[in-house]
Amino acid sequence: MTSQGQPGNWERYVWPILATAAFLAFWYFAVAWSGTKIFPSPREVERGLAELLREGVLYRDIVDSLRRVAMGYVAAVFLGIPLGLLFGWYPAVNQVVNPVIQILRPISPIAWIPIAIIFFGVGDHAAIFLVFLGAFFPILVTCVDSVAGVPLIYRRAGSNFGFTPPQLLARVVFPAALPQILVGLRIALGIAWLVVVAGEMIAVNSGLGYLIIDSRNSGKRYDLVVGAMLLIGVIGLILDLLFRRIETMKPVRWGFRNDS
Amino acid sequence: MSANPIIETNAPASRLQTKLRTENVSMVFTRDGESMSVLENINLEVGDGEFVCLLGPSGCGKSTLLSAIAGFFKPTVGEIRIDGEAVRNPDPRRIFVFQERGVFPWLTVEGNIGFGLARLSRSERMQRVSHYIKMVGLEGFEKSYPHELSGGMKQRVEVARALAVNPDVLFLDEPFGALDSITRMVMRGELLRIWLAERKTILFVTHDIDEAVQLADRVVVMSARPGRIQQVVHIDIPHPRDISSPRYLELRDGILSQIGLAHNL
Repeated sequence: MTSQGQPGNWERYVWPILATAAFLAFWYFAVAWSGTKIFPSPREVERGLAELLREGVLYRDIVDSLRRVAMGYVAAVFLGIPLGLLFGWYPAVNQVVNPVIQILRPISPIAWIPIAIIFFGVGDHAAIFLVFLGAFFPILVTCVDSVAGVPLIYRRAGSNFGFTPPQLLARVVFPAALPQILVGLRIALGIAWLVVVAGEMIAVNSGLGYLIIDSRNSGKRYDLVVGAMLLIGVIGLILDLLFRRIETMKPVRWGFRNDS
Repeated sequence: MSANPIIETNAPASRLQTKLRTENVSMVFTRDGESMSVLENINLEVGDGEFVCLLGPSGCGKSTLLSAIAGFFKPTVGEIRIDGEAVRNPDPRRIFVFQERGVFPWLTVEGNIGFGLARLSRSERMQRVSHYIKMVGLEGFEKSYPHELSGGMKQRVEVARALAVNPDVLFLDEPFGALDSITRMVMRGELLRIWLAERKTILFVTHDIDEAVQLADRVVVMSARPGRIQQVVHIDIPHPRDISSPRYLELRDGILSQIGLAHNL
């Protein structure tokens, strides 16, 4: 961004707050003027969420959703990164497995729901498996690409110091590829958060996804439906902001700056 | 003026033992079914502790030759021997210095310089690292990352990283090419100081005639497409060199005309 386009310090907060206020105002008046009896107003949503908070349900749903995302995501990271390094490092292996990956990758995790239920039954494991699937392929694919894209000069400089291939992978290729891998990890986290909501609508009876489907089915509480939707948005934003902080750490920051 | 201003020899000065030898090295690259001869019949001997510059226009194959000698790939024809042993792979006894682009951006100055010292104990490693940090004048920047350094400082880091593993041979591929002219001059002086202190064998690729004549014991002038050794010039001026001395200018102008450039712009 040029210095001209760089917002001032106060502007960084004022404009987003104004935009949010404008959005809420639009929502409020749209509900009021259309006279809808179904779609809730911001005030009704606030009251609904407060009610859930008092009953202690909301907190449990949030924790359950986050727990499922964490488990599926961590499994995807621990499987996806080593495999990605391996496939990226040995192009011959990649040629063998790439067609399979490319066929599986475009299948939405939602399409896996029946299979997941056969494998794991209705319950936590099925939802976690769906999160894992959603996160695994983006991690694997960016990892393969970023390893293959490590400049020859780093590989040569590393190999000159007499390391074995596993050492070279750990000490040169992985850190050189890490900034790009982090980009993949961040995208995968976003997808994991998308998928968990879908998984919770079918496979389990807790979590924010379940809250949405349950609120609709038992009494058409659209105030709670919209409230849960907003919460999902806010938590997704927070997760993304937290992840971005990793990108400013010194051993990887070089990969995110234009001027280094 | 002497009758023969340029002393030509393919062999190092006789007092030096042969460190490195290329025997009839040729290199052919094949691209899109067409083969292209990059190096043709290179025979070169470098003495132990000698400073040799490979000089030539860009595209003459001098970097290719250096990479082959470093063991990054095999020549199509011929053999490269170091200490009598055929070169097959890169080896930590012989370190290749790229332009500052070879510095690892994910490691601090300390981490870069200690990169090749994983086998040493922590205290030994730190001692070695701080010795070379001092040698290249980077005290106070131990914890800095490369993106926080200038080009010249990054180049120092790479030279220190190479020296820290105590190699016999250094290969430098246009190491100062990306630096501004003042920093370049300073870095040449520092490289000479280090070379005079440590007496490594140095093979230095450059397209800068002045740089070659300022630094080298011998300058190997190469011609382009296919790369051949056109001439080897012995620079018989003791260090520190007076770069406005008649002998310096004579040698430089000799190489200039050899390459086919006029003395006037």
